[in-house]
This record gives sequence, C-alpha cells and structure tokens, in this order.
Amino acid sequence: MNYAVETKNLCRVFKRKRSRKERKQEPTKENQKEVVALDDVNIQVKEGELFGLLGPNGAGKTTLIKILSTLLLPTKGEAWVAGHNVAEDTFNIRMKINSVSGGESSGYGLLTARENVWMFSQFYDVPSKVAKQRADDLFKTFGLYEKRNQKMRTLSTGERQKMGMVRGFITDPDIIFLDEPTLGLDVNASRVIRRFVADWVREHEKKTVLLTTHYMMEAEELCDRVAIIDKGKVLVCDTPENLKKTVRRSSTLRLEIDPLKDYSKFRDIPGIRNFSKKVNPETNRSELVFVIDDEAAVSDILSVVTGEGKRIHELRKTEPTLEDVFVSLVGRALE
Amino acid sequence: MNIHLRLNLRAILGRAYPRVIGSLREPSWIFFEILLPVLAIAAYVFIYQALEAPPEFVGFVILGGAMTAFWLNVLWSMAAQLYWEKEIGNLQLYMMAPMSRMSLLGGMAVGGIFGSSIHASATVLIGVLLFKGPALVFPLMLIPIFLVTLIALYGMGMMFASLYLMWGREAWHMASLMEEPIYFVSGFYFPVKALGFWVALSASVIPITLGLDSMRQLLFPSVAAWGLFPVEIELGILVVLAIIFPIMARIALARMENLARRRGGLTLRWQ
Ligand SMILES: Nc1ncnc2c1ncn2[C@@H]1O[C@H](COP(=O)(O)OP(=O)(O)OP(=O)(O)O)[C@@H](O)[C@H]1O
Ligand SMILES: [Mg+2]
Repeated sequence: MNYAVETKNLCRVFKRKRSRKERKQEPTKENQKEVVALDDVNIQVKEGELFGLLGPNGAGKTTLIKILSTLLLPTKGEAWVAGHNVAEDTFNIRMKINSVSGGESSGYGLLTARENVWMFSQFYDVPSKVAKQRADDLFKTFGLYEKRNQKMRTLSTGERQKMGMVRGFITDPDIIFLDEPTLGLDVNASRVIRRFVADWVREHEKKTVLLTTHYMMEAEELCDRVAIIDKGKVLVCDTPENLKKTVRRSSTLRLEIDPLKDYSKFRDIPGIRNFSKKVNPETNRSELVFVIDDEAAVSDILSVVTGEGKRIHELRKTEPTLEDVFVSLVGRALE
Repeated sequence: MNIHLRLNLRAILGRAYPRVIGSLREPSWIFFEILLPVLAIAAYVFIYQALEAPPEFVGFVILGGAMTAFWLNVLWSMAAQLYWEKEIGNLQLYMMAPMSRMSLLGGMAVGGIFGSSIHASATVLIGVLLFKGPALVFPLMLIPIFLVTLIALYGMGMMFASLYLMWGREAWHMASLMEEPIYFVSGFYFPVKALGFWVALSASVIPITLGLDSMRQLLFPSVAAWGLFPVEIELGILVVLAIIFPIMARIALARMENLARRRGGLTLRWQ
C-alpha cells in the first residue's frame, strides 16, 4: 500500500521562554518551558483519501501540517509524505504538495489576485500559460472570476482566503494540506469550498487531501476517515460511520438549564459515559451534552438540576453525531 | 532543460515580478528615490563650485547620487525583505516551495536592480541637465565594473536578509544607525581617498565604495589621481566580494532555515 502520508511515533516539542509569572510561581533554574504539541502520533493516510484531523484549539493540528509540509522538523519519530522522509528529502516532497490555511492572506497588495497566484505557481515549475489557464478556471470555481484583475489590497478577507485556495490548487499538487480552509467564511463560500474539495478528491483517483477542522459537520460530511486529536494525541481514527457506531448504543441528551453551582455531581451518576458543558453568553444558560449508556441516568440528571432549584429550558434526546464521539472521548465539546 | 535550472529560473522571474510591477505601479517613489538624491547632488555641487573644484567633481557627485538608488535599495528593501515577508505571512509559503532559497533572494535582487536602475538613470539625467557635468568618455571597462559591483552589492544584501531575520528589529535599528556613516565613508559625494587610506580600505568591504571609485577613475581620467587603487586591482577585489557575499548569503540562509525548522520560530508565523 502506498501511503500519501505516514507518521511513526511522531513527536514535536516546542521550547518557549517562561513568563515572569510562571517563574515566580515555580522558581527553578530553567528559563524555558516545554510544550508538547504532538505526542506519539501514528497516522496513515491512503493515496486518494480525504482525511480529516479533528480537534480543539491547541490540539496540534497545525503543527502536524507544518511538519508534513517540511516547515518544521519532528523532535522525535518519523514522517513520510508521498514516500519521502520529511527530514531528508524535502525537494521531492515540496514538488508534490501544497498547503492552504484558513486564516491566510498572503501575497502582495499591489499585485492583482491573478498576478499573485501566478507568482506562487512559478515557484513550482508550472509553465506560465498553464498557470494562467488554471488560475482562471479556479477563480471561476470559487466565484472570484470578476475580481481576478483587482489589486489584492482591494479584496475582502474572505475573497483573499478564496484566492489562497486558488494559490494552493494552481500547482495541481498530489497532496494538499488544508488547515481549517473554511475558517470565518460565510455559509455559501464554505459550501463552495467543501464541494470543490470533495469533487477534487473524487475526480482524481490519486489526489489526497489532509484537512484539519474543528467543525464537526465538515469532518462528518467530507472525510473518508477522521482522526480525533487532542493535546497532541490521536485518540481514535476511523470512518465517520464507524466512529458513530461506537456511541450508537448510547444516546445523547442535550439540556439547556440555568447555570449550576456544582457540576461534579454528574460524575457520580452511573450510566453517564461522559458529558460536556458550556455557557451560552447570549442567554447565560448552560448547555449540557450527556452521552449516556443507560436511560435510567436521565432521571438522576434531572434531579441534580431540580435539586438546585434551577430551571430546565430545553431537553432533547438525539441520535449520536461525531460530536458525541468527541464528547465521549474527551469530556468536552468542540465548538 | 534540467528541471532544477528551469524551476529556479522561473522562480527568479516570478519573484522579480512584483518588484518590477511595484516600481511601475507606485509613482510615489519619484519623490523619495529621485528628488532626494537630486537635492543631495545639488548641495554638493554648490559646495564644489564655491571651492572652485574642477568640473569633474560635479560628475563625481552625480554618479554618487545615482548609485545611491542601488545602495538604499540594498540597505532597506533587500536586507529587510525576508523579515517583511515573514510579517505579512508570505515567508512560510516561500519556504514550503521546492525552489532554491537562493532563487527567492535572487528574484528579489533582479527586481530591485530593475527598479533602482530606473531611479539611477533618472537621477543621472536630471543631474546632467541641471548641473552640466564635464565632457564624458565611456570606456568599455565601465560595464564589467558596474555589473560586478551590483553582484557584490546585492550579494551583500542577500546575506543581510537572513541575518536581519534572525536579529529582527535590532538589525533594523542598526541599519538606520549605519546609513549615514556608510554614506560618508563610501564616498558617495567625494573621492573616498580623501578620507585617508585606511578608512578608505575598510570602507571597501562595502562593494559600492570601490565600484564608485573605479567608475569615477574611468569616467573622469583627468582626475584619476584621486583613485584609491588602480582600476584593475579594484575590479579584482570586487570580483572577490562578488563571490564571497553570495556564498555567505547561502550559508546564512541555510542556517536560518535549519534553525527555523528545529526551533519552530523565524519563518513560522503564529496561527
Ligand atoms: N512555534 C511555537 N512555539 C511554541 N509553542 C508552539 C509553537 N507552535 C505551536 N505551539 C504550541 O503547540 C500546541 C499545538 O499548537 P497547534 O497550532 O498545532 O494547534 P492547533 O490544533 O492547530 O490549534 P487551532 O485549532 O487553534 O489552530 C499549542 O499548545 C501551541 O501553543
Ligand atoms: Mg491550527
């Protein structure tokens, strides 16, 4: 089997200076603090696959993509992209990959959108004519054709982000890394991008996408397989369907209540596999999600709430989603 | 064609493009890049005229004023470029691309030379029209001297680019501190020999010093006595500089990239 991406015991540790506060709290000679961004990551992405990395902020998604796109070295372990080792054979990897991240607004404001993406294509040995043709096709796809000859500095944030997608695909890479490509885009633009990515992988047998996201829906809808990653560790890796099966026997209870003083009581209730809570700042209500294995837990949950004399605003039992898989594994919601 | 050669030629042209376009699309440079040198030229011309110096000195000054364009371009644009690219988020896209990192800097240099040549020519033209320089000879030697000076000068700029990135803002302050003294010791507006042999020799590390000195000797043979060394020797030194600086640039760039990949800093913008 040819893997597009493979990692073996991949670790990445960052050293950063300790802040004054940290030094005060914990006075040691060490001036540096180690941050473990990736901890023993083993993944295998098959050629032609649309693979998702799902995880909360700081999980290590971007770090992994930076290692795979040859911008960072592993601290320990190894990684291969298109069969080449990321620490040794950067040229052959770089010829075959490209990467787009959602927050990016790269290029020069003085150049037009089309000139910008053309320029980037020239770093990948794409003949000028081919590049211009591809650029126009891609601009059409992303609904930016009318604005392609506008100076980049006159484009909106979202338009620049779409330009970033054109930049990424103009080199026709074998493997593309998309780091939260729909971050901050409106519903319509996100849909266009998702559809494009899905079609691109489907229409080209050997093209591979590795996508990071913290939108559950995106991972569920788009990806052939998903790895859930938290605090640098891959917790599970499977198809969305299989992942959902792991919580199929259980059910999900969503609850909207006035904030409680003490949530720890839920931990003692048998039959709760895991739960997450967050406070909605608009309504100032607590939104709780319980993954429960035993229906009997429902009445115990409700009595904890009413026991504190708090109101229940909403109560819903739903089919398991990928989000519930995440809650049951991590004990916290994603978004 | 060899794939590496083709890729890197494309990359150089691609990276030069925004600079070329930049100098054509932004007319505001006219003020800074032409008017200011012309003003400086005017000041020195009046001094020399008051001193009743030979008319060749007007030519000295115009040439120095024109070469300022290249020097400012190297000091400010070239040297600070990678730092800039990092700030706007382009650097990691450049580092991810398969082209040689030297093509990136090479493209910047080619674009910079293009833009600065326009400025320099405009300065010469205005200077000659306003102040009437002396009668000129145009020896062929001028061409290799000019080209080698540019290679050495931009090679130095390439080297600075990586160092800047590692030193960040401090390097910026250092450049502003150095700008004036280097102007002075490089003899933009007077023969460098006037500073005394040892100062002149030390200033020769900056390629523009000997480049200017040689060009003046060739253009104004009647005052060649003001030259620091014979032109052949100066060309020899310039060739050595034109080899050393790009090599050092390459080493600095490789170190910078390596450091960034290990530490996760430098080229990587925070997300
Ligand atoms: N250059 C760096 N120096 C020090 N620490 C870093 C560096 N880059 C990342 N980190 C740390 O590594 C961890 C993982 O960061 P990373 O950017 O990979 O997360 P992420 O999953 O992409 O998060 P997000 O969803 O917010 O983008 C974080 O704790 C982060 O603070
Ligand atoms: Mg990230």
